[in-house]
Amino acid sequence: MAAYLIRRLWQMIPTLAGVVLLVFFLFKYFGGDPAEVLGGLNASPEQIKAIRQTLGLDEPVWYQLWIFVKQIVTFDWGKSWATNESVSNLFATRLPATLTVMVPILVLDVLLALPIAMWVAYRRGSLTDRAIMVVTTVALSISFLVYVIIGQYVFGFQLGWFPVQGWSDSLWKNLLVYAPLPVLLAVVVGLAPQTRLYRSFFLDELGQDYVRTARAKGMTEGVVLFRHVLRNAMIPILTNIGLQLPGIFVGSFLIEVFFSIPGLGREVLLAVNRSDFPVIQAVTIYLAVLTMVINLLTDIAYKLVDPRVVLK
Amino acid sequence: MNTAVLSADGAAADAQQQSEGVWHAAWRRFSADKVGLTSLVIVAGFIVLIALAALGLVAKDWQTEVGVPNAPPTFIGPKPAQETSAIEVPKGPNVDLSDIDPLAPRYKEWDERAKQFQTTETVKAETLPFGGDRLGRDVLAKAVKGTEISVFVGVMAALCATVIGVLLGAFGGFFGGKVGDLLEWVYNVFESIPNILLIFAFAAVVGRGMESVVIILALTGWTGMYRQVRAEFIKHSSREYVRSAEAIGASRMSRMFKHILPNVSHVVLVRMSLLTVGFIKAEVILSYLGLGVRVDQVSWGTMLAEAQSELILGHWWQLAAATLFMAVFVTAFSLMADALRDALDPKLRGLE
Repeated sequence: MAAYLIRRLWQMIPTLAGVVLLVFFLFKYFGGDPAEVLGGLNASPEQIKAIRQTLGLDEPVWYQLWIFVKQIVTFDWGKSWATNESVSNLFATRLPATLTVMVPILVLDVLLALPIAMWVAYRRGSLTDRAIMVVTTVALSISFLVYVIIGQYVFGFQLGWFPVQGWSDSLWKNLLVYAPLPVLLAVVVGLAPQTRLYRSFFLDELGQDYVRTARAKGMTEGVVLFRHVLRNAMIPILTNIGLQLPGIFVGSFLIEVFFSIPGLGREVLLAVNRSDFPVIQAVTIYLAVLTMVINLLTDIAYKLVDPRVVLK
Repeated sequence: MNTAVLSADGAAADAQQQSEGVWHAAWRRFSADKVGLTSLVIVAGFIVLIALAALGLVAKDWQTEVGVPNAPPTFIGPKPAQETSAIEVPKGPNVDLSDIDPLAPRYKEWDERAKQFQTTETVKAETLPFGGDRLGRDVLAKAVKGTEISVFVGVMAALCATVIGVLLGAFGGFFGGKVGDLLEWVYNVFESIPNILLIFAFAAVVGRGMESVVIILALTGWTGMYRQVRAEFIKHSSREYVRSAEAIGASRMSRMFKHILPNVSHVVLVRMSLLTVGFIKAEVILSYLGLGVRVDQVSWGTMLAEAQSELILGHWWQLAAATLFMAVFVTAFSLMADALRDALDPKLRGLE
């Protein structure tokens, strides 16, 4: 196990180096001159020169890359170009709002999609199965955006069940008053693709020989489904959840922009619109690290779910 | 005599035994699929519409303000006339201010110059077939033009991503070794950054506009295609037909692109059609977030972005038009892609 962990962590290094190089050169050669972004339209040549000097833009490329790596390792990205807020502070203050919305979405999504998918897969080929498949196909073809626009209008504006948008400083008020509408809409919209995906996982397992054996032994359908099929289908399901996990830290950009939730996703989008490079670079690199770590944890979780898995 | 008859029969039997080609068999399966055929017809209809819009035959003047602002659809009828409480025009002659008005000496000159220009009264329609937006532009024309841009972006981005994915996948799968490792490394780097963040990072440096959206989506979306083409090339490069091609002296390029590529082209086609659907949806979201097409262009995404504020005022028609066009096209296209996959790759049927 320890050897496995060390080897996996060792393998991350080249990928991580690639991410750093990609982000560095992307912004260095295609991102325009940072000094001009920072100086604004009315900057004098002397000011531009001074900015270039403080950012180290006059140094050779390898030295700039070294500064960049130092920033990553020490978590010190300096200040946002647009708001002069320190980047680490920006992360710390925006992340709670994102998590308040995204954690309920992820949990509800899994808890609802699993039973529905299992039920649909169990009744494969029946009218219900086909009806649900048709509905999800059509539902998937309409943009997420349309559901959010209509959902906000109907539930927030017309029926008045929820506030149209807003955010407060208290966690409980956010969870109980402001988060429900975005969470509800995101879960409803996310349910169709999740159900389709999980259905295919369950179908794979339901066709296996061990299911027939279990039934032949006279086990009840409940035991077959929950003890045998569910446990075997857990591996692809876990992979899928693992793939979604990094997303909860940046949140759904659309949801946050739409409902004016002061989260990380909205902040990143603002940074893109303001050419606020440090913020975008920091988010991209740390999220990439997080993704790799979560992938590793998912692989370890396989072992817990399925003892046959050998970690090599 | 007898032998001649026999040999003729034999020839006929030979012809029957000749296996049908993969494309022929696929078309046979596809044309048996009613859902697939119907969606193909709908997609073809859209393509005709898009071609007409691109040639400027329909929806050319989508930017002219033909109706009153927020003109309702014809079947609803015009807006009820609102009570306007205009101030009454004062009766009697105006007070002559010309002795203290500093501009007075120039009024005459300006009148003369104004006469050189002709002004025409335009009548703005009270209602439009599908309603109008907040400037009074015809929503139907906007939806048609938006379809052109959205579908064009999706297809072009899918095409570019396919070219990148197929080229890299072919080289990675065929050569393996150092080249393969290098390409796998690039793939891992792109895969380890969450897709939406990668899109944002590229959007931050590339700029705005239709071409930028195509570039961004293509540069961030090629990884799935690469992975699949690479796997196919690894599988095929050790097959006998490729080895015999090598034996008769076919070059590497010729083996890769003349021999193997046609044999994996069905995989590429299926993946490309799936990519197109994904990219069309991505363009809508990007345009809504303000990272998509420019202000003087219209796409489904910009229409939806406008619709958000219109809906609160009760003007639902722009939302309806954009949604309807998008829903019909994307449903038809995804069903067509599904039917295509079933026809070209029957092993995968029913898995999803």
